[in-house]
Amino acid sequence: MNNFEFVKPSTIADAVAAMAGDGAQALSGGQTLTPTMKQRLASPSVLVSLMGISEMRGVCIGDGGLSVGGATTHATVAKEAAAYYPALAALAGQIGDPSVRSRGTVGGSLANNDPSACYPSAALASGATVVTNRRRIAADDFFTGMFGTALDEGEIITEVVFPVPQKAAYAKFVQPASRFALTGVFVAKYASGVRVAVTGASNNGVFRWKAAEAALSASFSGAALAGLVCPADDMIADLHGTAAYRAHLVAVMTKRAVTAAH
Amino acid sequence: MPKDGGIGASTKRREDVRFLTGQGRYTDDINIRGQLYAHFVRSDVAHGRINGIDTAAAEAMPGVHRVFTAHDFAGVGGLPCGWQVTDRFGKVMQEPKHPVLADGKVRYVGDAIALVVADTLEQARDAGEALGIDITELPAVVDMKAALAEGSTKVHDDLASNLCYDWGFVEDNKGAVNAAFDGAAHVVSLELVNNRLVANPMEPRVAVGDFESHSGQHTLYTTSQNPHVIRLLMGAFVLGIPEHKLRVVAPDVGGGFGSKIFHYAEEAAVVFAAKQLKRPVKWTASRSEAFITDAHGRDHVTKIELALDAAHNFLAIRTDTYANMGAYLSTFAPSVPTWLHGTLMAGNYKTPLIYVNVKAVFTNTVPVDAYRGAGRPEATFQLERLVDKAARQLGVDPVALRRQNFITPDMFPYQTPVAVVYDTGNYQATTDKLLEISDHAGFEARRAASAAKGLLRGYGFAHYIEACGIAPSNLVGQLGARAGLYESASVRVNATGSITVFTGSHSHGQGHETSFAQVVAEMIGIDAAQIDIVHGDTANSPMGMGTYGSRSLAVGGSAIVKATNKIINKAKKIASHLLEAAEGDIELKDGKFTVAGTDKSVDWVGVTLAAYVPHNYPLESLEPGLEETAFYDPSNFTYPAGAYACEVEIDPETGKVTIAAFSAADDFGNIVNPMIVSGQVHGGLAQGIGQALMENCAYDENGQLLSGSFMDYTMPRADDLPMYHVDHSCITPCTHNPLGVKGCGEAGAIGSPPAVVNAVIDALHRAGHTHITHIDMPLTPSRVWSAMNSH
Repeated sequence: MNNFEFVKPSTIADAVAAMAGDGAQALSGGQTLTPTMKQRLASPSVLVSLMGISEMRGVCIGDGGLSVGGATTHATVAKEAAAYYPALAALAGQIGDPSVRSRGTVGGSLANNDPSACYPSAALASGATVVTNRRRIAADDFFTGMFGTALDEGEIITEVVFPVPQKAAYAKFVQPASRFALTGVFVAKYASGVRVAVTGASNNGVFRWKAAEAALSASFSGAALAGLVCPADDMIADLHGTAAYRAHLVAVMTKRAVTAAH
Repeated sequence: MPKDGGIGASTKRREDVRFLTGQGRYTDDINIRGQLYAHFVRSDVAHGRINGIDTAAAEAMPGVHRVFTAHDFAGVGGLPCGWQVTDRFGKVMQEPKHPVLADGKVRYVGDAIALVVADTLEQARDAGEALGIDITELPAVVDMKAALAEGSTKVHDDLASNLCYDWGFVEDNKGAVNAAFDGAAHVVSLELVNNRLVANPMEPRVAVGDFESHSGQHTLYTTSQNPHVIRLLMGAFVLGIPEHKLRVVAPDVGGGFGSKIFHYAEEAAVVFAAKQLKRPVKWTASRSEAFITDAHGRDHVTKIELALDAAHNFLAIRTDTYANMGAYLSTFAPSVPTWLHGTLMAGNYKTPLIYVNVKAVFTNTVPVDAYRGAGRPEATFQLERLVDKAARQLGVDPVALRRQNFITPDMFPYQTPVAVVYDTGNYQATTDKLLEISDHAGFEARRAASAAKGLLRGYGFAHYIEACGIAPSNLVGQLGARAGLYESASVRVNATGSITVFTGSHSHGQGHETSFAQVVAEMIGIDAAQIDIVHGDTANSPMGMGTYGSRSLAVGGSAIVKATNKIINKAKKIASHLLEAAEGDIELKDGKFTVAGTDKSVDWVGVTLAAYVPHNYPLESLEPGLEETAFYDPSNFTYPAGAYACEVEIDPETGKVTIAAFSAADDFGNIVNPMIVSGQVHGGLAQGIGQALMENCAYDENGQLLSGSFMDYTMPRADDLPMYHVDHSCITPCTHNPLGVKGCGEAGAIGSPPAVVNAVIDALHRAGHTHITHIDMPLTPSRVWSAMNSH
């Protein structure tokens, strides 16, 4: 790890100011950034910790849905969101292990948009709004491909607002080594229709499986998915699974999520 | 009634007190005043020509003491190979040079190009990034069969080809084996891969070199399973340091599994650098470095065939194996696919004719060497998968087919057609025990219960044999070993009766400090708390050959018995003097010497005190003191054997395999500490199940390691494993060592992979997927699902 300056502001305004410096990099839970720095694959000159900003931490329910501060840890979401959005809490409770959940944050996960991360599927399936220090971004516009987001340089996720569905569930099939999602599917049923978001499977990162959404909006049941095949064209093929296998898992995990949804 | 001490007692491991309370002293815990830090700059290409290395900028960086390259090691020897295999044409193997730092060419991703020594590790790494390394990348040789094709790029330009050796065993049997196949009623054939593995001990490798200029004394602290072997190899063959000026210390070592047997370049480099710089030099591997520098294991590609007569008796076996050596020959690499593999191809069966062919191949990958089981898992996997396939092909019960062909108890000692002689065993007994503890009779009910949950259940059986207690020195010498394989022990009785035992059998997870003390306590009849076991330092122990091949108790324990017997014999002489009785009348029982048939006695401490305060002592005929050394060289291997059963559940929608139950009935001969034996089996099973279902060390076509971290290399974890049923009550004591013991360290890793794969195939066949005859390990969900969905 190369040397760096470390600042820990206590307000969003101070964090934004610190981020304007040359070579500044926001640090949230550090579950990706820290190992990357240890391998010298990233060498920011200033790390701006977001963990001291109290207005960015915690969970509260409001008119627009469940609001989660950008620097809220997975462990906090797992505990405090359970009463309002159990499927989201369950997803947070299955990420990594206890030490990862005690450090990693929702904002960090969404900003990184790892193609195998769990949170992007929840944000996309929930039609969440990603709130930054500058604007509000709809989840449909936020994710722009593997490790890509609509965030601009220096822009900080301060809050994520998840509309609470009538029913939802997340079904994850883990990659056996990392235990990230080899394929994870988040299904959320709203009055306006069903949204299905898939993580882990595609070369383009998290995506909505619209054919399944249409079928499930007509009839919210596993049976409604019968015969539905997710195309394998853009699927990841690696040591852990072929493209065809991942495409198959999308259908299996969607069905399981529908069955588990409550 | 279980014993509470001595042989047979499940004494809790005394070493665990320090391990579990953070008081272990590992190599990385050793820091010497004035110590510098070493960083190795490694190749990121699999194959390339080094055009030049510009060290000037790096050497000018803050804190940097020196940058070493191959140029600095001119005149220093290369890393030696400890075993020379002779091929089937009578020619010795091709043996490439193995320089400490890459010389002219890099040959695998991870090959060390330069050593930077600086005040801090970060300074050394900074300087490493400033090196001007000019490399022309060359095509990588990765696939073994392609490596042997005419015109293939050569890993070593000065060798004739990428073929290390073409070994035939027993070459003279080849014609008879082929004739048996020609006349056989049935032939069963199977092609399979034994997947490459990374050992991944919890503690990565560490080496600290130190040099004392006034005495010329070198010291190496290292993570080794065999410090004396490192002293011999590094001192005599690499750096030219005589033994009395070279001390090697292997303190607490956090697991080895074979990967810490070998002499590695980093050990020689830090000792060399310490002398050059007159400062201690320390290197600690990162986990990423461990993946690309620790010797890998397995990596065989095999075709095996079985010939049977009309009554299903085994007539002959022949195999054709490609064994990956990697880019250089690691210390014992050539022996693994040959003498540790071909000699076990008889398994537990009375097959009269066997021919094994092994082609060892150089590739641009990390060197491959012994890993838990070393050759024997490869043999067992082939054989037990093949016999299972034969049973399916012939439509007979796989257990019955095995029973029909087992060597029977009346046939021991049994001369196999592959050189070795099994001294004893009873495979029907282990099979009977296994069927009982695995509740074979209740399988159908469990299968129905799984089916009700939508899961496919299968039962897989395997029986293994291994050759442990390696090995008779004169025999292995004939087979190409460049070392003896005895073991040593010194037993030092102190004046007030306590005992310090120095052993060459290093302990890095095996519990020697506990079980060896139990042996001595039993022999003398004193409390084991009076006995300490010391190992791991060439400065205090006699020359020992170390810990591997499940040899510690069978060979190292036998040396301790031998030395302890010398102690007892001398102590009886002293007692006979003190008791004024004939030596032949002295009996030792429960720590007391008694004149037979009388109540005259002297206790242990009375004798030991007399030995060191010899006021009333037969000085004219007996030396004072009570300290004896013994070397034990075994007369044969030992042959542990056992029956394993695995039950799996498969989720047909995802292909995910879950181990529902695992049972092991082993015959390890006599048992010193049943709890430690169970623990060894548990650990071996975890590694075998890991190989069967999870672990996969894979390279791409450019020689880049695809599974270079725990993000992609799947280690088995506690929640992947079931509660095991292990039993070691089937005992046929070894006939040729004093304890009647056989060894238990590797068994679990040997017997379990075929049991797991047989169980998966069984489950798939029961579900109608009868077109699937084999799936290569690891049986990942994707592979199982793909097999189920290919027709």
